[in-house]
Amino acid sequence: MTDPILRLEGIVKTFPGVRALDNVSLSVLPGEVHALMGENGAGKSTLMKVLGGLHQPDGGGIYMGRDRIVMSGPLEAKANGIVFIHQELSLAEELSVAENIYLGELPRKSFGRVDWSRLAEQTNAILKKLNVGFDARTLVGDLSIANQQMVEIARALTVDAKAVIFDEPTASLTDAEKVVLFDVIADLKADGVGIIYISHRMEEIFKITDRITVLRDGEYQGTVETANADEESVTQMMIGRKLDLSRNASHHELGDVAIEVRGLSCGGLYQEIDFEIYRGEVVGFYGLVGAGRTEIAETLFGLRDPSAGKILLDGQEVRIHSPADAIARGISLVPEDRKGQGLVLGMNCRDNMTLPQVDDLKAGPFVAEGAEIAIFDLYRDRLDIRTPGWKQKVGNLSGGNQQKIVIGKWLSMHPNVLIVDEPTRGIDVGSKSEIHNLLRGLAAQGYAVMVISSEMPEVLHVSDRIVAMYSGRIMRTFTSDEVTEDSLIQAISGLGDHRAA
Amino acid sequence: MATLTKQQIGSILAKQGILIAFALFMIAFALGNPKFLTVDNLFSVVRSSAILGVMALGVTFVVISGNLDLSVGSMMSFSTIVVLDLHDKIGPFLAIPAMFLMTLALGGLIGFLVGYLKLNSLIVTLGMLSAIHGLTLTYSGGQNMDIADKEGTWFSVFGQGTALGIPVPILIFAGLAALLGLVLAKTPFGRKVYAVGGNGTAATFSGIRRARTVFTCYLMSAGCVATAGLIQASRSLGSQNTVGQGLELEVLAAVILGGASLLGGSGTVFKTVIGVLILGFIQNGLLLIGLQFYVQFVVTWVIIILAVWLDVAAKRGKLWSPIA
Repeated sequence: MTDPILRLEGIVKTFPGVRALDNVSLSVLPGEVHALMGENGAGKSTLMKVLGGLHQPDGGGIYMGRDRIVMSGPLEAKANGIVFIHQELSLAEELSVAENIYLGELPRKSFGRVDWSRLAEQTNAILKKLNVGFDARTLVGDLSIANQQMVEIARALTVDAKAVIFDEPTASLTDAEKVVLFDVIADLKADGVGIIYISHRMEEIFKITDRITVLRDGEYQGTVETANADEESVTQMMIGRKLDLSRNASHHELGDVAIEVRGLSCGGLYQEIDFEIYRGEVVGFYGLVGAGRTEIAETLFGLRDPSAGKILLDGQEVRIHSPADAIARGISLVPEDRKGQGLVLGMNCRDNMTLPQVDDLKAGPFVAEGAEIAIFDLYRDRLDIRTPGWKQKVGNLSGGNQQKIVIGKWLSMHPNVLIVDEPTRGIDVGSKSEIHNLLRGLAAQGYAVMVISSEMPEVLHVSDRIVAMYSGRIMRTFTSDEVTEDSLIQAISGLGDHRAA
Repeated sequence: MATLTKQQIGSILAKQGILIAFALFMIAFALGNPKFLTVDNLFSVVRSSAILGVMALGVTFVVISGNLDLSVGSMMSFSTIVVLDLHDKIGPFLAIPAMFLMTLALGGLIGFLVGYLKLNSLIVTLGMLSAIHGLTLTYSGGQNMDIADKEGTWFSVFGQGTALGIPVPILIFAGLAALLGLVLAKTPFGRKVYAVGGNGTAATFSGIRRARTVFTCYLMSAGCVATAGLIQASRSLGSQNTVGQGLELEVLAAVILGGASLLGGSGTVFKTVIGVLILGFIQNGLLLIGLQFYVQFVVTWVIIILAVWLDVAAKRGKLWSPIA
């Protein structure tokens, strides 16, 4: 067996009050794709920060080949050929693709002038390898998030990399873009580069990785050959128990129609949208990124005015011009971007949870803090939110618990219609299944729930009916009995137009 | 265990750094000059800080909401000139509310531009700094403004009077600080100010009317400026057009010294008051230990930079870091 190209051995890292990493080891062979898995808070990010020189370990060591290396900072990591491709992009939007890729190392001519033609040439050579639809001179700000991710990957390819770390690289990629990414990874592999691949998505893990290392609560759980593992066993290693992902249609009676949408259109974003959601029902909206689902939700929540069509709540036509309007009419939105739209990260748990109703919770001129704490306690218990107390800043919680704070915030408003956009994005499997159960439970209690998701297992698992969208239009609505994965994929790919005339 | 770990010390410094710094300044100056810690001197510092302090209270709201207000100095000149002029024309009873209304109108204009039109607050208030200065000069014709009968008016009470042995400016500062401290910490409006400054998008997604909140912050700031102008006018009963010049930076310094983040979302009225007092005591202490008046400007800013640096360093646990 070949020697590992990169080895982390017995890494220990403690923060005040937390042992973030406890004797964790990970070794990557040349030409290997090694998955690093674990729930949020399991220690993956901390381990990668140790590898990148952003944290100094309290114990253990990092080895490249036979040499022990002290990672004093990001430059040290780069000098050793360790390259990170982060989930959160770090690009300068006002610069061209080429400038971003070679930032700090622009090719020079005499008198320090930039050699633009050579820069474009070098960049285009790399972009060609990535098979992308833009060139060196394109402004990064004009690219989609997915294409920006490709720029980030291109940047990694300019370095003579020995090990490349991909942190949730597919979070915002379409299926076609994923294929390109996996090709790139295959090329790197063929060149003998060691790859650490962090992802929550099981299909990918089983498709492209060779070995899987699992962390839980900062502890090393073991390393398995991907070929000898299956989803269930890996999940069990991650959460220490089994997971239920069966289909889950309602067995309770549906109530009245809570919300009805007729002929709703909004410029080029979506057209002629018709649907209704009954009380006690979960309707899943499935489609590719950009199919118009989030925009519909934003319209229902008063963030975007429609150009045509109407919205009826309990049979009454309504016009909704602002989130405040929507909230007053009993519509709640758990937005897709938890940190950007859902939470004030610097505020404590309680204040975040009661924010939409802070005007109503008054004792004289002041906020009734006792009532607020009561609301927080209620939803902390009901949603099993794990936090030391309401004073904790939301930014310090794990992704799953943050999402529960957002959900609690909207449940405490007792909405007639609850819209949930990508409820489990970036959330670990354990919390994911809790949130799924929660959504099902809400339907059973009589809530009308609209779930937007880009994950098929999720949509299939939680929905009573599934609305398939493609390019701003509803292609077909399935009941949970009739839907199959194939027909759903066909509908959202625009293959065969199933729309009723 | 009696010893503190490095992290615990760091966390205490991060939370209480400004108070500790304040205590250290006081001790140092007290050792440097015995006159420093006398009741007379303390009162005189607080009284001379009151105008700056009242303005800083309003700017605290603006900064926490995630914006800046660089127009407060020139707006204070405007208020002072206007109230002095109207004092002789329509009498103090009408002059005071008239001046408040005019100042609030200016604040409302800024609030409209920054809140509703979403223009950058740095640009808007920097422009207003200059525009209001022009407005003041136009109003006064460039002349100093004086009250004709300085002995015979009750108007001097706001700047020169005392109640229960305490100078009125101090009472106004303390009263306003207590009131606005409650508004910020305890009312729904205060909560919304923090939310809008902490994450404006999330605040909007929670149904908070962001533009209205920002607008109200600027109105409050203008109200504080008008109060400061009233104290200033009442204290001197005559004024130049440039009386508030440069105060905008001192006000901002006091707010930042108090620990409010320029990015918005954090800070408290209490901490701003401490920031104001530190600034006041530093300037007073430097004079008492015999430094030239002009040296103050340099030393003040060196101390502010140090304070901000230590604050940031305490938060990240290192004096310097490649990432923020």
